[in-house]
Amino acid sequence: MYQFTYHRVDSARKAINLAEKNEDAKFLAGGMTLLPTMKQRLASPSAIIDLNPAADKLAGIEQRGRAIVIGAMTRHYDVANSKIVQDAIPALADLAGMIGDPAVRHRGTIGGSVANNDPAADYPSAVLALNATVFTNKRKIAADDFFKGLFETALEPGELITKIVFPIPSKAAYMKFPNPASRYAMVGVFVARRGKEVRVAVTGAGSNGVFRASKFEAALTAKFHVKSLEGVNASADGLNSDIHADAAYRAHLIGVMCRRAVNKANGK
Amino acid sequence: MSATGIGAAVRRKEDLRFITGRGQYTDDINRPGQAYAYFLRSPHAHAEIKSIDTRDARAADGVLAILTGDDIAADKVGGLICGWMIHSKDGSAMKAGAHPALAQGKVRYVGDHVAVVIAETLAQARDASEKIKVDYKVLPAVVDMNDAVKKGAPVIHEVSGNNTVYNWHLGDKAAADAAFAKAKHVTKLDIVNNRLVPNAMEPRAAVGDYEPGTESFTLYTTSQNPHVARLVLSAFIGIAPEHKLRVIAPDVGGGFGSKIFIYAEETVCVWAAKKVGRPVKWTADRSESFLSDAHGRDHVTHAELALDEGGKITGLRVNTKANLGAYLSTFSSSVPTYLYAPLLSGQYDIPAIYAEVDGIYTNTTPVDAYRGAGRPEATFVVERLVEVAARETGVDPAQFRLKNFVRSFPHQTPVIMAYDTGNYQAALEKALKMADYRGLARRKALSARAGKLRGIGFSAYIEACGIAPSAAVGSLGAGVGLWESAEVRVNPIGTVEVLTGSHSHGQGHETTFAQLVSDRLGIPIDNVSIVHGDTDKVQMGMGTYGSRSGAVGMSAIFKALDKVIAKGKKVAAYCLEASENDIDFKDGKFSVKGTDRNLDFGSVALQAYIAHKFNGQDLEPGLKEGAFWDPTNFTFPAGVHICEVEVDPETGITRIDRWTAVDDFGRVINPMIVEGQVHGGIGQGVGQALLEGVHYNKDGQLVTASFNDYCMPRADDLPSYNVGMTQTPCPSNPLGIKGCGEAGAIAAPPAVINAITDALGHEDVPMPATPLNVWRAAQKAVAKKAAE
Repeated sequence: MYQFTYHRVDSARKAINLAEKNEDAKFLAGGMTLLPTMKQRLASPSAIIDLNPAADKLAGIEQRGRAIVIGAMTRHYDVANSKIVQDAIPALADLAGMIGDPAVRHRGTIGGSVANNDPAADYPSAVLALNATVFTNKRKIAADDFFKGLFETALEPGELITKIVFPIPSKAAYMKFPNPASRYAMVGVFVARRGKEVRVAVTGAGSNGVFRASKFEAALTAKFHVKSLEGVNASADGLNSDIHADAAYRAHLIGVMCRRAVNKANGK
Repeated sequence: MSATGIGAAVRRKEDLRFITGRGQYTDDINRPGQAYAYFLRSPHAHAEIKSIDTRDARAADGVLAILTGDDIAADKVGGLICGWMIHSKDGSAMKAGAHPALAQGKVRYVGDHVAVVIAETLAQARDASEKIKVDYKVLPAVVDMNDAVKKGAPVIHEVSGNNTVYNWHLGDKAAADAAFAKAKHVTKLDIVNNRLVPNAMEPRAAVGDYEPGTESFTLYTTSQNPHVARLVLSAFIGIAPEHKLRVIAPDVGGGFGSKIFIYAEETVCVWAAKKVGRPVKWTADRSESFLSDAHGRDHVTHAELALDEGGKITGLRVNTKANLGAYLSTFSSSVPTYLYAPLLSGQYDIPAIYAEVDGIYTNTTPVDAYRGAGRPEATFVVERLVEVAARETGVDPAQFRLKNFVRSFPHQTPVIMAYDTGNYQAALEKALKMADYRGLARRKALSARAGKLRGIGFSAYIEACGIAPSAAVGSLGAGVGLWESAEVRVNPIGTVEVLTGSHSHGQGHETTFAQLVSDRLGIPIDNVSIVHGDTDKVQMGMGTYGSRSGAVGMSAIFKALDKVIAKGKKVAAYCLEASENDIDFKDGKFSVKGTDRNLDFGSVALQAYIAHKFNGQDLEPGLKEGAFWDPTNFTFPAGVHICEVEVDPETGITRIDRWTAVDDFGRVINPMIVEGQVHGGIGQGVGQALLEGVHYNKDGQLVTASFNDYCMPRADDLPSYNVGMTQTPCPSNPLGIKGCGEAGAIAAPPAVINAITDALGHEDVPMPATPLNVWRAAQKAVAKKAAE
């Protein structure tokens, strides 16, 4: 780790004020990505703005009408174990319970994960498939407009996620094929149906980060059943290849995980 | 059997301090005025060092010294050694390049040591290292063994122009060729034994200290064999003569072979301590461990098995290329030769065997012994071949093995080893029952109904442990003898300290060795302390590896205890006023035969020290005896492991459903610790088979350089184990011990791969059998079936 200035703030406003004064400052939420990167000297921000003293104000889960609102500083553990989430969007609670290990789930936050947009992170698939809305200190951003590529989002410098609003689907499920070593998603597929709309989001597989699988969505919109997916295959184009999985295998797994997710969403 | 004697499942005495965080590991040791070392490592797999500019770095905060290969050369610090001479087929000595502790003019793998910065703090040392300007001329690198031996390949060491360290062979080529000429069936197999990173829980560490008043050095280090470290640092590297160099290996958190070797970092710390006049500490971080701990395995093999018309094995031919990495590590040369080929007979009666092994340099981390060291590689070759041969000839794999097992002992194999004792069919028959082999068809059908493929895999392994008879290893090229020593110190009140040259780094010696003493002397186990890991305390020792501590280390203790008892009888004779020949020793009491006159062990100890009763007689005061034990043969643990897997053909995921292990370790001192060793060994073997594998890119960058990409086994990757035993006591040591430390790691890989290939309709799958590899194999199997 290199030297940096450490700031603790107890409100989002103070955090944003500080960020405006420090161009390459980084917000610290759970730190599950940022801190290891800094320890390995792969990142060297001049300042860290620690949001944890503000966690009380920025965390929390509530149902508002037909949506679940999750504060940005809410830990994965709390999402996984929230009665509200388990009842309204069990697939989201499932997903949170599959992130990392218990230590990571007690530190990592939904806002941090979504803002980081790691191409193998789990949450981006839920945000995209559930058509969630990301609220920041400045504006609200639709999921389809939020994720811009590897570790890139629509967030502007100094902009801070405050909460994420998930509309409650009628059916949803997340199936994750973990990378054997890191246990990040090698292929994670989140399927969700709300009204007539079916959305399928894939994480871990795309070389440009999370994406929607339109062929699968079209097939499932016709009928939300695994049989609709017969003969529907993902293309290997634009998928990652590494020592754990080549693009062809990832494409194959997208189909397998999607079918399994649909079955799970249908209670099978 | 007493509650704490031989055969009792005594809880580990050492665990109190380990599980309450009170262990004393090398990194827990801090010396007054200690400074910190940070190694600048090569980012290139192969490069010439044109210059190293340290001016800015020297001026950085807190820097005490920056040392490079030039300083090593100026101080005439010797290079790291390889202690086992291998001769090629043509009789020429192996061609080993120099291995300086800090690079001299050239770097040969990513992680090679370029310079060391010593500073007041680790952060300062690391900061300063980034200011060192190294001008590299990057050279083409070679990581693949086949590429390394091609004409025109980059030359890693001038001395071995074709990157070949040796072309070695063992066995009778003519006899093997004749067997193949007459064979009814020949099974051929190409096998890759994947390279592994040892990943001990505690990373390597060292603290070097120099005391100018006595001109003596102390090195605290993570070593499995501190006396061997002292010998090498003294006699070959030239740090100081042995009496001026103390090596302490305190609590050590796992080694698996990787802490046998004498590395650059430890050498530099102890040398630099005098140079900067401060104690110098270095502790590897995990990234450094991946780059710099000697890796394991990495063989590419073509093997052939000849069968007669009755399905009896008549011959075996093996051709192996062994990747030795960029330098020869301490015992690297022996691993793919004498620790490998002599085990190629497995548990089978094979009349003719011929093995050729080429040891090859590549621009990769050095490779050396890793849990099993050569024997897992041999077992993998034999057990894969046997399994495939059974399938090709349509014979049940269990029956095929039963037909070919060695049945009478002693058995001389065609490859050096003389198996002393065993009962291979008993282990297999027991394992078949425990694994419910008869119920397999039913379980396969159930799996098929759920869309899964079930397979079963056998592994009937043998290993040579209790390393080793000194004369035998000397004749094969070893630079050392492989005896062990012990000293038993009885205190005046009858408590006992045992000083042993074995070293415990997870094996539980403080418990098992104390059980032996408790058993033999009839004293409470809590009255016994085991002292190890300090060259100033322990007389001498060869350390712990090759499952030798029980068979060799405890035999030395056994012999020393004999001497203690013999002297105790003399003391008792004076005290009890009887003839020495009339004194019996049993259950902790010295008694006069046929009388009720007796003295307990503690009283005799006291009498030995006060010496009131035999002053002026031909008996010295005190009760302290030492012994060296040099075995006359290897020991031959053997057993059968059966793995049953369920493969999801859609995803390629393999789940191990059940595991049966039946091992013959000879006499068992502590069944709980032995079972733990079996569990741990299987865990590492399953790791090799399913999860772990080192991957370099073509430029020699280590792709699997962290746990993000190098897959270590986790609890949920492993099944519950069904562990059983058979026992044929080893005849060549007084306790009948064979050794158990490596068995699981040796047995497991072929059991897993045999099971997966059974599930996949005999389609081969490489290790590690990751979901990707299994899925690809499943696709091939489906395509083949469709084509039929």
